[in-house]
Amino acid sequence: MSRLQVVSGKGGTGKTTVAAALALALATEGKRTLLVEVEGRQGIAQLFETEALPYEERKIAVAPGGGEVYALAIDPELALLDYLQMFYKLGGAGRALKKLGAIDFATTIAPGIRDVLLTGKACEAVRRKDRTGRFVYDYVVMDAPPTGRVTRFLNVNDEVAGLAKIGPIHNQAQAVMRVLKSPETAVHLVTLLEEMPVQETADGIAELRAARLPVGRVIVNMVRPEVLDAADLELVRTVDHSAVARSLSAAGLGGARRGGNAEKLVDPLLAQAAEYAERHALEQEQRDVLGELGLPLHELPLLAEGMDLAGLYELAAELRDQEVS
Amino acid sequence: MTAEEQDAAAGREAAAEDRRAGRDGSEGPGAAQGREAAARRLTSSRVLDVDALLDDPKTRIVVCCGSGGVGKTTTAAALGLRAAERGRKVVVLTIDPARRLAQSMGIDSLDNVPRRVKGTEDRRGSRGDSFKGGGGSRAGELHAMMLDMKRTFDEVVEAHADRERAAAILANPFYQSLSAGFAGTQEYMAMEKLGQLRARDEWDLIVVDTPPSRSALDFLDAPKRLGSFLDGRLIRLLTAPAKLGGRAGMAFLNVGMSMMTGTLGKLLGGQLLKDVQTFVSAMDTTFGGFRTRADATYKLLQAPGTAFLVVAAPERDALREAAYFVERLAAEDMPLVGLVLNRVHGSGAGRLSAERALDAAENLADPGIVDQGDGKAGLRNSPDTYDSSQPHASEAATGTDTSGASHDGSPADEERSVDRLAEGLLRLHAERMHLLAREQRTRDRFTARHPEVAVVDVPALPGDVHDLTGLRDIGDRLAAGAPTERPEPS
Repeated sequence: MSRLQVVSGKGGTGKTTVAAALALALATEGKRTLLVEVEGRQGIAQLFETEALPYEERKIAVAPGGGEVYALAIDPELALLDYLQMFYKLGGAGRALKKLGAIDFATTIAPGIRDVLLTGKACEAVRRKDRTGRFVYDYVVMDAPPTGRVTRFLNVNDEVAGLAKIGPIHNQAQAVMRVLKSPETAVHLVTLLEEMPVQETADGIAELRAARLPVGRVIVNMVRPEVLDAADLELVRTVDHSAVARSLSAAGLGGARRGGNAEKLVDPLLAQAAEYAERHALEQEQRDVLGELGLPLHELPLLAEGMDLAGLYELAAELRDQEVS
Repeated sequence: MTAEEQDAAAGREAAAEDRRAGRDGSEGPGAAQGREAAARRLTSSRVLDVDALLDDPKTRIVVCCGSGGVGKTTTAAALGLRAAERGRKVVVLTIDPARRLAQSMGIDSLDNVPRRVKGTEDRRGSRGDSFKGGGGSRAGELHAMMLDMKRTFDEVVEAHADRERAAAILANPFYQSLSAGFAGTQEYMAMEKLGQLRARDEWDLIVVDTPPSRSALDFLDAPKRLGSFLDGRLIRLLTAPAKLGGRAGMAFLNVGMSMMTGTLGKLLGGQLLKDVQTFVSAMDTTFGGFRTRADATYKLLQAPGTAFLVVAAPERDALREAAYFVERLAAEDMPLVGLVLNRVHGSGAGRLSAERALDAAENLADPGIVDQGDGKAGLRNSPDTYDSSQPHASEAATGTDTSGASHDGSPADEERSVDRLAEGLLRLHAERMHLLAREQRTRDRFTARHPEVAVVDVPALPGDVHDLTGLRDIGDRLAAGAPTERPEPS
């Protein structure tokens, strides 16, 4: 089981939610996980219904069974100042640099450098040990940038190779890549059963593989429950409308004769069923495409009441059941 | 405060503002219309007139913005097609279209050049009197292109530098990293391309899709950010230390600078710093500063003739983002014309509540309760209890003949399978009604906060759009703007 679990996915697929659920799921009894946010959206704080996360590791949840989830929102500017402090003991001079815009410059204008700082911080947490030589975090889960950018983000070595050929940033990039390309890391992609996210997932996997980054699992999020089975869908096309009307009437919904309340429901209800059938067929098609990727495939249910803290624990339980953790 | 509380607080504020506006009697032109709409539906949003916007020859740029995954690109393409078929000469600038959507417009080759889209129809006058006509007598045209951000950046360099200098810039590793990966490059280049298209003046209307930013706001900030970086104080310090050092008041800066370039040099490696310096000085002397260009683009967005459409789906995050965007556009004096709400669900059976549908499904699931007893239920009929205006059910079903459409199996078996189907239909309906209620709550939160924003609903389609017919269909839905049938307030 890889200790650094990177979660990516197309925007809108719920990758932050899945990352958070995974961090909870991995925090089994006695285990401690760190959930890392790299894009400054404070999505984790929203999910866990806490105040905005500072640039500081803090406990945000206790998992069922007693494991702990810590969270960290990495701020690239602060990470760079940290870094300067660590290597050059800069202190007040760091603030002067910040005032001049140097920190902005170094973290924003050269994206590779920014990414080295972000991934570097996560890798540091993966390797950190306490005084007894035990890993401080059993697992680190990273809520990474979306699929379209994740390979570039993780492949920092290539990114800074042309920029920083020597020096500490260069060395840092080398160290980060050693962790990211090892079995210590797994990159999971979150998708929906829709054409575009599935296509993007397939493209993303190809890119990750080309960069020799370890691809983990595909997690299909927000899967709608099956309400009508294959036999029902067949019947939807052939059924006698008046028979349905009688059935609805028997269920207590009014008259089955023409113009009766039950009879008036038949057409709209069958129309909804036809929509369901069409969507169901499209979803099945996308499931088949995902099946061909040759990766472990998991499905998480759409939560009827929308996403909240209780839902997050539900998804975590689901991930445990499916032995993702 | 949690997000929910913030939303609620925003709602209270907006309501208070409404009351103030009412007392003053200073209602905008949309207010009366808004009240009328409120009588029909739960929310009091105005309806956006898409055709009026597209037909108005003064509308020259339509910017579709919103968070990722809400159908921005599809909306942009559908608007472009509709405008073209109503007689305007349109170019649609897409940033990152789904492959099949791009193919539907014939732009699957990523070459950064507008291409004529074949297969558009002349639909001027097809809507009878309601058509106001944007393009006069000639037929419209649709062109489409897909942004290649690196290519666009290269073109900017090539257009403004002599050949030798351009070659030096393009080969600079710093430039290569910047042009392909800077967090704001895509946003900046989208705006740059928009500026170029506008300057060519070949089209009456430019419809632009915005990049899938991590936050919708990035797209407004990025051009400025890139501009100020390349043109900023630090870069000046890096590239022209001698000049600054000569000035008396700048002596302290000089100290800071040498310390800083030293540190940065150590950190990044000396080569990088040299590359940056070479790059910036080459860029700087070749064209008049990025900031100037970024400013020009920014002004173009504020100019009359530009219309912003915020695109969202009736989901909490998308609408929260939309609300922020509405506020931000107002703060920047950018002209917002309305909200396109994609993927809104409706129901033809909106009067049957989820609870009642589930109760009825339960009845069917357990035939012991209803079916096998004596009396009325045995007739496979029941009174019209949920609507007193209906005649009573004693006249009931016309018979128990279920064998009319039978295949094999006994009538009783068939009845059971129809019952099972009916149960499924009812559960499906209950789910739909729950979804509608959720969507309604989400949009109520938005309209409470921004009652001034005109909204157009686009009903959810079961599948994706792959061809012009599909885009045309969405265009029709955009223009129809009719509120989706909603559950009755209970």
